[in-house]
Amino acid sequence: MTDRPMLPIIPSATAPTRPATLLHDRTPDLIDVGAHQLCPGCGEPVALRAIVEAVAELDLTRACVAVFGIGCYTAFSNNLDIEVVQALHGRAPSVATGLVRARPELTVLTVQGDGDMVNEGLQEVLHAAARGERIACFMLDNGVLGETGGHMTAATPLGQRTKNTLEGRDAARHGHPIELSDLVARLDGTRYVARGAVNSAVNVHRTKKLIHGALRARQHGFALVEILTMCPTGWFVDTTEAPDYLVQRRGPDQILGVVKDTTRPTT
Amino acid sequence: MIAVAPTPLPAGSDVIAAAMVAAGCRFFAGYPMTPFTEILEAMARRLPQAGGVCLNAESEIEAIGMCWGAAAAGTLAATGSTGQGLSLMQESLAEMALARLPLVVVDMARGQGDYFQATRGGGHGDYRLPVLAPIDVAEAVAHVKLAFTWAEAWRTPVLVLGDYYLAHTHRSVAEPTRSTPLPPPWSLDGTTGGSGHAKLISPLGTTKQRDGLGGEAGYDLSVHYHDAAARTATMLRCLPPQTESLYLDDAELVVIAYGTPAAYVRAAVRELRARGARVGYLRPVTLVPFPSAAIARLTGSARAVAVYENNTGQALDDVRLAVEGRVPVRWIGGLSMDASGFGIAPDLDVRILSRRIEEAMP
Repeated sequence: MTDRPMLPIIPSATAPTRPATLLHDRTPDLIDVGAHQLCPGCGEPVALRAIVEAVAELDLTRACVAVFGIGCYTAFSNNLDIEVVQALHGRAPSVATGLVRARPELTVLTVQGDGDMVNEGLQEVLHAAARGERIACFMLDNGVLGETGGHMTAATPLGQRTKNTLEGRDAARHGHPIELSDLVARLDGTRYVARGAVNSAVNVHRTKKLIHGALRARQHGFALVEILTMCPTGWFVDTTEAPDYLVQRRGPDQILGVVKDTTRPTT
Repeated sequence: MIAVAPTPLPAGSDVIAAAMVAAGCRFFAGYPMTPFTEILEAMARRLPQAGGVCLNAESEIEAIGMCWGAAAAGTLAATGSTGQGLSLMQESLAEMALARLPLVVVDMARGQGDYFQATRGGGHGDYRLPVLAPIDVAEAVAHVKLAFTWAEAWRTPVLVLGDYYLAHTHRSVAEPTRSTPLPPPWSLDGTTGGSGHAKLISPLGTTKQRDGLGGEAGYDLSVHYHDAAARTATMLRCLPPQTESLYLDDAELVVIAYGTPAAYVRAAVRELRARGARVGYLRPVTLVPFPSAAIARLTGSARAVAVYENNTGQALDDVRLAVEGRVPVRWIGGLSMDASGFGIAPDLDVRILSRRIEEAMP
């Protein structure tokens, strides 16, 4: 574990001496309500913020529809000021396909988790990619089914503890993880695949660039960004330790950055 | 004499596809399965010519998912399959009803085993979808138009229940005139983004938390499910149950049948009447809403009711519920199919049906 300065602890045992005042409101324009009921330390609001900020920066606010899967992030779809279609668990890529085929002028993106995309909806994302649908998919990958309380997904790294792999995921008993980005990158309809993370400010900044890349690439074909997010609740780790746990579990074998980009001319 | 090459009559599937395009359908997605396959083929041929989109989905689950997206974008969408494929679509059908998305589903069933699936839904929750059961190709054209009208008006999936006979009967039908509807105001086109009131289409709720409901975050499902139930009740009250009937006034026995088998039952009843038997015929044209009141009225005059369908007795339950024990309900149907299992029924023979009806006479 890397050395990290401790965050200031705000005492909560006694009532504050004076009411809180809002000094700075840095809520992005496309997030109507910053308050949410996701757990402390959750990486999903950070990733969602990066996605809607990228939508605004690319001037897509009034030409964009987001299709949400089912997971913890679903409730946050309600906080956004972009048009949203709620899909069933795993089904966002086909819903996005219908949207973009019916209205090709739209920028259609999906927000899904790893349980949604790799477990329930693996067939959907692979076929949408192979068809070269002009959509951008964003997978918030925390390696657990967070909404049910932290259960194993197909993307859970080996060794990670979940509620139904209490001794850690073991390849012999629970199978090997599916590396979705690598799988999708091999398909010819895919124009752009990248892997980001929101475990540090630097990585959030890098991830935003990757989101920009995907939203641009979707004009030409299928784009996917896998965003590694923290789930301290599902991982059974302290809130402040979650970013480091993410690096430990996912860092060595999960290279961050662009995995595939065929929108750039090859030299 | 001048030899004129005969123009082949179009198959029911092709006529149904033409009717869908004429009704304004501009999006279709499906997965082949007999006897639905030819509708998919016809839509793949016809929709691009009309400026629409037809997609070959990787399964029925994705087919209805694609329709979900197209419907959210305000395009009139349709899909279809056979009972087995419809089983895969049930989760989406139940949730599209909650998300208030219009859709027309053409179920070309094998036999009549899918009555429960069509009228009750294999999906979860407390929903009902309007269901139309055409007797022939000409009525199917009218039903397709009606299905899109209901789907748009009530923002719900609507089912048209056909079978192998309907899909494969070749018949001359005047091609209906084409209409091109505009996207409805609730549909998504991206333009409300950033307005503070960006639109939402969701089976979990149609109101965002900022609009005053749903507490701190997320959706308020208690409000949404109550609203959905109230809308369904209103829809079922307002949609008119439709029937077709013959000789009800003095019939001692009324035979009830629906869909294409009803054509054989109708012929048998006509023949028995010609021989002086006091027999009548009633066909539920809409299966949801079921014409329970029309069937209940029969119990004032007829001494018995008989039900024919090509299954082990499904609509039979609805007839019994309507009759409420006032007269005997006699079962003259039963499973009947050839080796293919596609729903070609050896029992659909006027002599066989006449004999069964005679045996059921009070």
